[in-house]
Amino acid sequence: MTQPASAYFIEERHDPNETHTLSVLVQNEPGVLARVIGLFSGRGYNIESLTVSETEAQKHVSRITIVTTGTPMVIQQIKNQLDRMVPVYRVVDQTLTGRSIERELAMVKLRGVGDARVESLRLAEAFRARVIDASTESFVFEITGGPTKINQFIELMRPLGLVEVVRTGVAAITRGPEGM
Amino acid sequence: MTETKSHDANQMTGAAMIVRALIDHGVEHLFGYPGGSVLPIYDEIFQQDQLQHILVRHEQGAGHAAEGYARSTGKPGVVLVTSGPGATNMVTPLADALMDSIPLVCITGQVPTHLIGNDAFQECDTVGITRPCTKHNWLVRDIKDLARVLHEAFYVATSGRPGPVVVDVPKDVQFAVGTYHPPRRTDVHISYTPQVKGDPVAIRKAVSMLAGAKRPVIYSGGGVVNSGDEACRLLRELVEVTDFPITSTLMGLGAYPASGKNWLGMLGMHGTYEANMTMHDCDVMLCIGARFDDRITGRTDAFSPNSKKIHIDIDPSSINKNIRVDVPIIGDVANVLGDILTVFKAEAKKPDIKPWWQQVATWRARNSLAYKKNSELIMPQYAIQRLYEATRGRDTYITTEVGQHQMWAAQFYGFEQPHRWMTSGGLGTMGYGLPAALGVQVAHRDSLVIDIAGDASVQMTMQEMATAVQYELPIKIFILNNQYMGMVRQWQQLLHGNRLSHSYTEAMPDFVKLAEAYGGVGMQVIKPGDLDGAIAEMIKVKKPVLFDCRVASLENCFPMIPSGKAHNEMLLPSEATDEATAAAFAGGKALV
Repeated sequence: MTQPASAYFIEERHDPNETHTLSVLVQNEPGVLARVIGLFSGRGYNIESLTVSETEAQKHVSRITIVTTGTPMVIQQIKNQLDRMVPVYRVVDQTLTGRSIERELAMVKLRGVGDARVESLRLAEAFRARVIDASTESFVFEITGGPTKINQFIELMRPLGLVEVVRTGVAAITRGPEGM
Repeated sequence: MTETKSHDANQMTGAAMIVRALIDHGVEHLFGYPGGSVLPIYDEIFQQDQLQHILVRHEQGAGHAAEGYARSTGKPGVVLVTSGPGATNMVTPLADALMDSIPLVCITGQVPTHLIGNDAFQECDTVGITRPCTKHNWLVRDIKDLARVLHEAFYVATSGRPGPVVVDVPKDVQFAVGTYHPPRRTDVHISYTPQVKGDPVAIRKAVSMLAGAKRPVIYSGGGVVNSGDEACRLLRELVEVTDFPITSTLMGLGAYPASGKNWLGMLGMHGTYEANMTMHDCDVMLCIGARFDDRITGRTDAFSPNSKKIHIDIDPSSINKNIRVDVPIIGDVANVLGDILTVFKAEAKKPDIKPWWQQVATWRARNSLAYKKNSELIMPQYAIQRLYEATRGRDTYITTEVGQHQMWAAQFYGFEQPHRWMTSGGLGTMGYGLPAALGVQVAHRDSLVIDIAGDASVQMTMQEMATAVQYELPIKIFILNNQYMGMVRQWQQLLHGNRLSHSYTEAMPDFVKLAEAYGGVGMQVIKPGDLDGAIAEMIKVKKPVLFDCRVASLENCFPMIPSGKAHNEMLLPSEATDEATAAAFAGGKALV
């Protein structure tokens, strides 16, 4: 039996999901991150990645970069909900600007000896990953780049003795002379 | 410390600062309940007489009283409660105020800073718990921040879309001495600057759509009331200038007078047939300070399918949340309506909508609020009608609890002015009405304040009768007593095969004796013929009254849009035969 629609059970609009990167400038007061995260969990939005750090210490301003997915209507709603929060100065949809640079840093640990070890070094070089720790049976690589590049690197490392990965999440900035 | 400094009038303890700040913000009354973590503040309250403190019997009562106070005055309501259970008992009123955009400033005590996080006695993470149910909240760890935060709190609660805020003050900060400064312009929160003025391009576009409309409707909401008296005046002027039909949400009743000739009645799930059909068939919809709530829209994909929609709201997140609109205008209602009227009067003329009004007249003729009269039993609708007749023309304020009685009050009581109607719309809080009536009566000592209640709801906050007696607040609790949780029973009957699971109140208190036990007046009416006389007597009594009005117990609230149906699929009382009802509600069980 088909259920009729009600706003409580809003019919899945079959708009395709999009991934957007949002930059959020906030007043760095206690609990501000909890507020932002609480908004996402409370309203059922997705967080793919989230990075936050104080960027202007004197003005107590922090910048949060959030990668989220949703239909265009949900993405718009997320931006509006963020924008109306009291400690939020501004929200910029980096994906909509179409001119954003996105970078992420990952540290990738490998364990292995012999050919796999040599192969991992060769691949690291091709990806411009640096060795930041080494022992006779392990490496830790540091790699920066867009999420796709990092995903690709990790996949290549997997058969070569991948132990663990840590990623910072995406940081994004707009090209050109203007700030946010 | 130097001699001059110790005599500085602005040097004071945190507790004194709180009292001083409230006075500086024009607060005359606060609602609260003392406890360990707010004793320093209560000590300051004791030693002054500018602020009157109203002692409630449960913190939830304080919260709803402050909501009633705020809603009836347009000023923020102020609450003072202690840490731990005091704060958690405030959660319901805070959530209620957030949903209905009511400005509240709630000050909570907190354990001393060095004990925070230690699971101290009566400790809870107040800012954590209240974060999702406030517009904003603060934990003040340093006396140096206290004055600024208090002033910010009033700014945030009252500006933009109003809402509740919490200021959590640890006990050691209340004792600490610091420098107070009075409110100043810079105490606005620097990152919070809501947009008040509407975009002129959008306004021009809206005016041309209005002027070109053939089947227009104005759909107004609580935002008009919140914006203030000027917004309500402008709304009335706009209706006058355009001659458009107007309907309103539950929260917006009174912004346009119920006696106005363009009034269609309330819309939505229990709105009138004419209001919902007008919404469904219109070609231009002007939504003013309302948010396309699910109780309004019904089935979203069949909501007003052929109209262009203009939406005025101060909160950008209300735009395109449930319903996609064509012309969003972000701004304060009074400001935007002022601009719309100026442009309309200068550049447009009122469209000819005579055929549309003829169509509306045919819908009106369906008389969707009709009910079967009964000479033996008091029909609940009849009780509201008689109450309305007895109190119209008086200086009356109405609050309600939540359920069937609330919908009947909205349908049958005519509101002529804004700020006269206090109800829990968004959260639907049973137990709201009695304490809210207290708050209203505190603000309007000489007015007639009536809580139209249900027998189940009213028992949720009945303890506040003691508060009413203590402060000689002659509130009238008009209970439509059908001995059921009427709306629950109605849904069980319509959707759950009439299995009335736990919706019958088996042990009903004797409301007359209960009133007397509290020191109030109890009355009971069973026969329709006795109703008018009893209502007149109730109004005359200068004491709190519990009025036990026994009504037909199985009456249902119609008309009704079943959940998940469209506006033009309303079930009218005359058509609500068992078969029609069963068909209308088929498959809707899972919906709210």
